[in-house]
Amino acid sequence: MPPTNSDESRDLAFQEAIDADRTVEPRDWMPERYRSTMVRQIAQHAHSEIIGMQPEGNWITRAPSLRRKAILLAKVQDEAGHGLYLYAAAETLGVERRELTELLITGRQKYSSIFNYPTLTWADVGAIGWLVDGAAITNQLALTKTSYGPYARAMVRICREESFHQRQGFELLSELSRGTAAQHEMAQDAVNRWWWPALMMFGPPDTESPNTAQSMAWKIKRVSNDDLRQRFVDMTVPQAQALALDLPDPQLRWNDARDHYDFGPIDWEEFRQVVSGHGACNAQRIAVRRAADEDGAWVREAARAWEGRQSSRTSAA
Amino acid sequence: MGGPAEQPDFRSVSHAEDWPLWEVFLRGRRGLSHQHVGSLHAPDPELALQNARDLYTRRGEGVSIWVVRSTEVHASDPDDQGPLFDPPSDKAYRHPTFYSVPEDLQL
Ligand SMILES: [Fe+2]
Ligand SMILES: [Fe+2]
Repeated sequence: MPPTNSDESRDLAFQEAIDADRTVEPRDWMPERYRSTMVRQIAQHAHSEIIGMQPEGNWITRAPSLRRKAILLAKVQDEAGHGLYLYAAAETLGVERRELTELLITGRQKYSSIFNYPTLTWADVGAIGWLVDGAAITNQLALTKTSYGPYARAMVRICREESFHQRQGFELLSELSRGTAAQHEMAQDAVNRWWWPALMMFGPPDTESPNTAQSMAWKIKRVSNDDLRQRFVDMTVPQAQALALDLPDPQLRWNDARDHYDFGPIDWEEFRQVVSGHGACNAQRIAVRRAADEDGAWVREAARAWEGRQSSRTSAA
Repeated sequence: MGGPAEQPDFRSVSHAEDWPLWEVFLRGRRGLSHQHVGSLHAPDPELALQNARDLYTRRGEGVSIWVVRSTEVHASDPDDQGPLFDPPSDKAYRHPTFYSVPEDLQL
């Protein structure tokens, strides 16, 4: 049968291909809403990796040992890499890097609100690695099976690098937790502050997540917000026990009937406040990213001018 | 107080263009061919190679890098997939399994 060009039959064929688990590749025809959803999701994911360098980056110069400093540098450098893989994946959909950077620094595109919380002590570096990277891995593992090929491939690469991020955080907290009373208290305080924001990273509950159905049908999203959150809680509770640290939730307990941990209600009002710009660090994060962009402008221009001169020399020779 | 979401400030936004895009190919180890691993922006081949090293080989993933300007890659049209790649499916005789040979022989 000859292919027809009507949008409706193309939409149908697209959905059939998705249902048959066929990966979507950059030059394939795709519904405009699939493309725009994908661009937005990948771009926001990329922005999160880039902005996510700041809270931990704050501690690089104050790391307590050379070993810890080298580890933290490597981790933050990885996050820059993750951002770049993801921007490249978004660019396969016909947007430009510059456009995405501008959407970020003008506040028109968002990033994960977890990075609007401050890193108050050295233990926060551990809590971020253990909980924030742990939550990110749970989310990203599910995304390795997302329907858009370049995004899925970036996720595979990223997941391979993430496991060290979580482990170094766990190890850091474990040392503090078993250290002096003051160190233990610092570790516990960091976990108290990061636990709930980490649970919010999976997004609003399924009942209030209007885009989930379409994203699931297109297999952009393979597991729902609440299911991922549950998976993360179940995985993390035994780790907290091993760390000898408490998770700040009196309602947290194993439920034999559900075969899962029950946990207390999440403060979604706090989430909404932070998402809409009223977190502790929203303005600072954007200001820092914007300053980096402006301060680097002359370097980008100089490199371009140098290339222009080199290539005019070779063509004159 | 308005957060960044309410008050976009366009004054300082630079409208400079991106550096050109490059495709990156890595040889994982000697004896293997180069494989596409992703892309990046760089102003010239030298910096493209350096950036590729920083971005794609932080854990010993490669022993050799190729970078190619993305605009230099010519690709087949996905809509031609049928005419281009389907014909071999009715040429089963191109595969060894098409032929029957005595079972007790190594062939
Ligand atoms: Fe990351
Ligand atoms: Fe990470």
